[in-house]
Amino acid sequence: MIVEVKGVGKTYDNGVEALRDVNLAFPQGQLTTLLGPSGCGKTTLLKIIAGLIPRNGGEVLVKGKPVEGPGPERAFVFQDFALLPWASVLRNVAFGLELRGTPRPEREEVARKYIAEVGLKGFEHRYPAQLSGGMRQRVGLARALTVDADIILMDEPFSSVDEQTRRKFQEDLLDLLRHHQKTVIFVTHSIEEAAYLSDQIALLSPRPGRVSKIVRPNVDHSRSPDEIRRDRGYLDTVDEIWGMLRQYV
Amino acid sequence: MRTLLSLVVWFVLWEIAGQLKLSTIVPPFSAVIEAAIEIAPTEKFAKAAIITLRSFGLGMLLALVVGIPLGIVMARVKGIGRLLGMWVNIFVSAPISALVPILMAVIGIGETTVVVTVFLFAVFVITLDTQVGITHADRSLVEMARSFGAHRHQLYTKVLLLSALPEILAGVRLGAIRGVKGVVIGQLLVAIIGVGELFEVYSNNFLMEEFWALVTIVFLFAFAISEAIAYLERRVEYYAASR
Repeated sequence: MIVEVKGVGKTYDNGVEALRDVNLAFPQGQLTTLLGPSGCGKTTLLKIIAGLIPRNGGEVLVKGKPVEGPGPERAFVFQDFALLPWASVLRNVAFGLELRGTPRPEREEVARKYIAEVGLKGFEHRYPAQLSGGMRQRVGLARALTVDADIILMDEPFSSVDEQTRRKFQEDLLDLLRHHQKTVIFVTHSIEEAAYLSDQIALLSPRPGRVSKIVRPNVDHSRSPDEIRRDRGYLDTVDEIWGMLRQYV
Repeated sequence: MRTLLSLVVWFVLWEIAGQLKLSTIVPPFSAVIEAAIEIAPTEKFAKAAIITLRSFGLGMLLALVVGIPLGIVMARVKGIGRLLGMWVNIFVSAPISALVPILMAVIGIGETTVVVTVFLFAVFVITLDTQVGITHADRSLVEMARSFGAHRHQLYTKVLLLSALPEILAGVRLGAIRGVKGVVIGQLLVAIIGVGELFEVYSNNFLMEEFWALVTIVFLFAFAISEAIAYLERRVEYYAASR
């Protein structure tokens, strides 16, 4: 277990209790989805694991060490991309290394490699405003890969991306992550997305958010994307999750 | 191009009004230009210009050095923002010229008073705009930088300041325009230095051509400064628009 969440709670200053006694373990090299209706605190939980917001109780262990803030073994991919609008794709992707003080030629070399891997070769000197939503999120993904973190935290990365782009992106994402053996924690509200991508799905109940069930989809990820989408295991998982979530909506 | 055309139209009207001799205080535009060409190379003008530019430059420098950091602190430290916010808002709209006589009494009649006047005219709008810029800086960019391990100073130099740059530049432009007003008003009230002294001399001796020539030169100066900063603003606009 590379990440462990034990008894974590979170109450915001305005009195809203977002999470209560959340217990969850994330196996190394697997993709775990936090799935639930809006307002169930899934993004809050992700940001607590990232060390971006403080928790009120319990503890988060990453590789056995308690989390007290952001760390180099975790990289975040943001829902709204969070790209520097004044910086080129190259500088944005290299930004994590820039903050660490890696010399420019070195960090740009690494950045170029990942820009090519996410399929943006030739766009190194474009600015975020010149890219489509899907391309911008590829920049966000490349930036997270560039810092060579073992754990990638993704906060609804495809929610601002149009449907066609999303499918292609999901397929590319699976390939990339499998290739790099990353542990991924992925927040989404899309059941199909969760069932298609995940090794493990944690279903959260709303207000206050708690883990109501853990589902391990019976999906063979080595098969082609189109086969998966017609696969019995995949379709059953989608039905099973919907059966559990419908009580909350 | 349109600005130029508009200027030409007004100068032609001015020339006609002047040639018609409607009023002794409106000489023809051509005579004003002649006077401008005549006074510009004189030593007296050069001296006045240097003193004026120096007061303006020093006052603006002070306003930038104080105004921008103050705006940042007010945006980042809530207590200070609340404590000073009201005062900055009062002073930004207050008629600062009314304070100049008090400044003269306290600081004395001289260049320092003019520098302080420029500073007071310019600083508040710079502070206010910087505060707005930093407060409205993209929060997810700050979160992003933190998640990638940014130190405090990196957060400021690599994210917050750049993110607030469009607002800061707008504040500096407005501050500079007010600063030009400040330097002229300060010198007029002090009345013994720089361009203010020349204004006094010209108007007291009814040298209207020279008086208008000086007005035109000051206007052009203010316009040039404002346009130069506006040019910088346009260069950062491409990302301001995409925020």
